[in-house]
Parts: sequence; structure tokens; C-alpha cells
Amino acid sequence: MRLTLHVWRQQGPRTKGRLVRYQMDNVDHEMSMLECLDVLNEELIGKGDEPIAFEHDCREGICGSCGFMINGVAHGPARATTVCQLTMRNFKDGDSLTIEPWRASAFPLIKDLVVDRRSFDRIVASGGYISVSTGNAPDANAILVPKDIADRAMDAAACIGCGACVAACPNASAALFTGAKISHLGVLPQGQPERHLRALSMVAQANLEGFGGCTNIGECTAVCPKEIPLEVIARMNRDYIAAALSQRDAEVNTIRPFTEWSTGSKLVNDPHATS
Amino acid sequence: MGTIALGVRDNVAARFWGSTNGKKAVMAVTGLILFGFVMGHMLGNLQIFEGPVAFNDYAKFLRSVPLGLWLARIVLLTSVVLHVTASVQLVLRKRRARPVAYASKESIASTYASRTMYWSGPIILAFVIYHLLQFTFGVTGVPDYQEGEVYRNVVSGFGQPAIAIWYIVSMLLLCLHLRHGVWSMFQTLGVNHPRYTPILRHGATLFAVVVAIGFISIPVSVLFGWVS
Ligand code: SF4
Ligand code: FES
Repeated sequence: MRLTLHVWRQQGPRTKGRLVRYQMDNVDHEMSMLECLDVLNEELIGKGDEPIAFEHDCREGICGSCGFMINGVAHGPARATTVCQLTMRNFKDGDSLTIEPWRASAFPLIKDLVVDRRSFDRIVASGGYISVSTGNAPDANAILVPKDIADRAMDAAACIGCGACVAACPNASAALFTGAKISHLGVLPQGQPERHLRALSMVAQANLEGFGGCTNIGECTAVCPKEIPLEVIARMNRDYIAAALSQRDAEVNTIRPFTEWSTGSKLVNDPHATS
Repeated sequence: MGTIALGVRDNVAARFWGSTNGKKAVMAVTGLILFGFVMGHMLGNLQIFEGPVAFNDYAKFLRSVPLGLWLARIVLLTSVVLHVTASVQLVLRKRRARPVAYASKESIASTYASRTMYWSGPIILAFVIYHLLQFTFGVTGVPDYQEGEVYRNVVSGFGQPAIAIWYIVSMLLLCLHLRHGVWSMFQTLGVNHPRYTPILRHGATLFAVVVAIGFISIPVSVLFGWVS
């Protein structure tokens, strides 16, 4: 199968990027999208060109490392699929694919298709935890969780933090991600002690990171590889509003957004990497 | 647990307003108030079909309780100011949140109405200002405006096709705005349930269409001479 790829190439955070056209004459429809880029990279390396940088790890749709826009859709045309799981069967001979990185100021670009998603980590760190007593291991089933609640928590916990929701959102809002993380703990009995503080802190952090506001458009859930429903956003809003109206002190946990890389990272040559 | 409130305001109300979620909650509540007004206004206007006497009496009745009238005006004006301020700030934030645009971006699941809220909103605002100048203050758009002669003013205002069409187009945009806004405010305030949200979505569409048809019926009737 023949494909024309227009891939975003950008040396670093501070350089100008552009779409570069690559012609591929022998794409196997059994390949995944990432394998297709692997093949192209082999070719580029063979020619002495720099390969296209993209993130990947598990290649089985569970780690959340991979992701980019294909023809304007996050993770490409197949629903509930990450780009590592997207087979080239989804394209036809002669198709032309425009491949771009996620675009959001909270996801500063590092190189080519790789963006810095540490803002997500900070949202989780600000409130995505529960407190447990240390000591002996607790008895199993000491806290009863109804099946439907466990299922809902599991559905929300399926979020792999890929960032497609932000990428697809016209507002570049992180509402679906933050909502998923708030919901998956908030519906469980174990998540009740920090429920209000969690909503306040994670919402504050998402706002601090410079994501846009949610206008309930729904593009996020359509591209989400884990099909996280819009309901989690309503849940976040419910917890946030209840917490904000009832809080008695101004307590909230947030983390200073940092964009520099620690020494020893590959980007040590570029100390202003993503600031 | 310590308080590390970086860049987050100490005042709880200011922090609520400062967050996008809080701003949207304010927009939802003010939107609900404005939707209630629009609904009532539409139903009241339909009395024009009962003839000049009934319609002028209705207008007189509204003005007969100055306290209520001013209370309503203050609530509505406050709602408009908050609704517009929040939306302007959210648009500015949205611009900052994605400084580099996509070379290609598709919408695959959202409604046209939801994506055009930032267009329909300002046009409706412009319409409302014009509408007040036209029928409340009589400054423009009614050739022989007479205070209190509401029925006559409406007929002579909508007798001019250009003005009637501007009104109809604005009401169609209002229909779009409500189609997204009316269900969206529930989502923003935290109401979403697999059983009820589809009903809310359909209900929003129904209400939006009913409001638009109700309003549009008036200029259309004037243009066709059914009301004169
Ligand atoms: S909510 Fe879905 S799209 Fe967003 S980060 Fe999680 S898995 Fe990815
Ligand atoms: S590489 Fe792990 S989800 Fe795609």
C-alpha cells in the first residue's frame, strides 16, 4: 500500500517546526501506525537523516505513552484505539496522512511528535491519592464495595493519561483526564476522606497548568482510547462545587509547574528546554 | 497536610471565580436565569395574537409593578454581565491554552451548536442591545414609535423586512445557543446520569426549537399581514 505522510518535524522546543512530506511505497496493512513510522525511520536512518521522534512504550494500548494527531483526529480514525494499536488497515492505498503532535500550551513540545505531559503528573500528584494506614496488611474485603461502584471506579481508572482528550478539545481542556482521576477514587469508599480536598486541589492544579475551560463539547470522549465518558466531568464539577461551597479554610494542594529538565536528561544541552 | 497554594488565591470566592470550573458554574446559573426570562418573554409575547387591547394591557401590567420590574431588570442585567464576562475570560484562556493551531483538525462527535457558542453568544448580545433600543427605548427601528403603544410599535417595526429578518436570524442563533446551553448547564453543575442526560439533551433541543418558533412567529405574522 502506498501512503503519503506529512509529519511535523521540529528540532526542539525553541526552533520552528514544519510539516515534512514522506512517500512510503510499501506499507503493510498488518502494521501498526507506530510500526509504519518505525519502517520510515529505518529508511531515514539509512539515508543518514534524523529519525522522527515519537513516544511509545507498551505498544499494546495500556501505558499511555503514544499518541499524535492523524488527519486532525487524536489517535487516528479508529475509535477506542491508541496509535500503537491502530493498524494500517484503517487506511486505503493512496491515502495522505497529516501527523502532528498534541497541541496545548500545557503540553510544551520537546521534539517532533513528543510533548511534555508532566502537567498531567502534577494534576495526579496534587490530589490523586488516598490515605491508608500502614502496618499489618488489612483483611481482604474489610471495606465492602458494591459491584456497580467497583465497575464505575474501574472504568474511570482505565484512563491511561495519553492526553488525547486535551489534544482533541477545542479549548485544550484537561477536564476529561482530571474528571477520570477524580472519579475513580471519588466513587470508592476508600476515596471519601480526601474527596473534597482532592477535587479542590486537582481542579486548582489543572487551572494552574494553563489548560482551557471545559465547554461540554464532547470531542474528548470521542477520541479517548479508553472511552472515558463525559459523566466523569460532571462528577468533577459536582465534587468541586460542593467542596468550594462547603470548605471552611482555604486549604488546597498545588505543585509549582516546572518545565525545566533535571541534569542528566537527554535535553541537558538545551537547559531552557520547554520553558 | 500543609497548604501549598501556589498561584491560587486565598479568598475562597475569588478562587472559585478564578477557576474555569467555577466560572462555568456561574455561567450555568446565570444561563438558567436568562433561559427562564427568554421562556417567559416568549410566552408573554404570544399574547400579541389576542389583539392590540390584550397585548397593550399585558405591557401595561408589566409596568404596573415598578418594584418587581426593577428587581427583574437588576437580576437580568447582573446575569448578563456575569455570563458575558465569564465567557470572554474563557475565550481568552482558550486562546492561550493552544497557541499553535493544528494544520488539520476534525470535529468528530460534537454538535455544531456547541462549537459555535462563542459566535452565537456575541451576536445574540448585539441583538438584545438593538432590541432594547428598538422596542424599549424607541430610538431606532420603529418609524413612528409611541411609548406604551406596544402593539403598534411591533407591527410597524416588523413591517420592515430587513429588521424582521435580522430578528429571525437572531432567534435562530438563540435556538442554537440554547440547544447546547440548556443541557450543558446541567453537566457544568454536576448533573449527568446515563438515564437522564439523553433526556436533557433532547429536552434542550425541544425547548430551543419551541422558543425560536414562538419568537419567530411574530415577525412572520406581521410580514404576512396576519397581525396588523
Ligand atoms: S481521559 Fe482518555 S484521552 Fe484523556 S488522557 Fe485519559 S485515556 Fe487519554
Ligand atoms: S505505546 Fe503504550 S499505549 Fe501506545
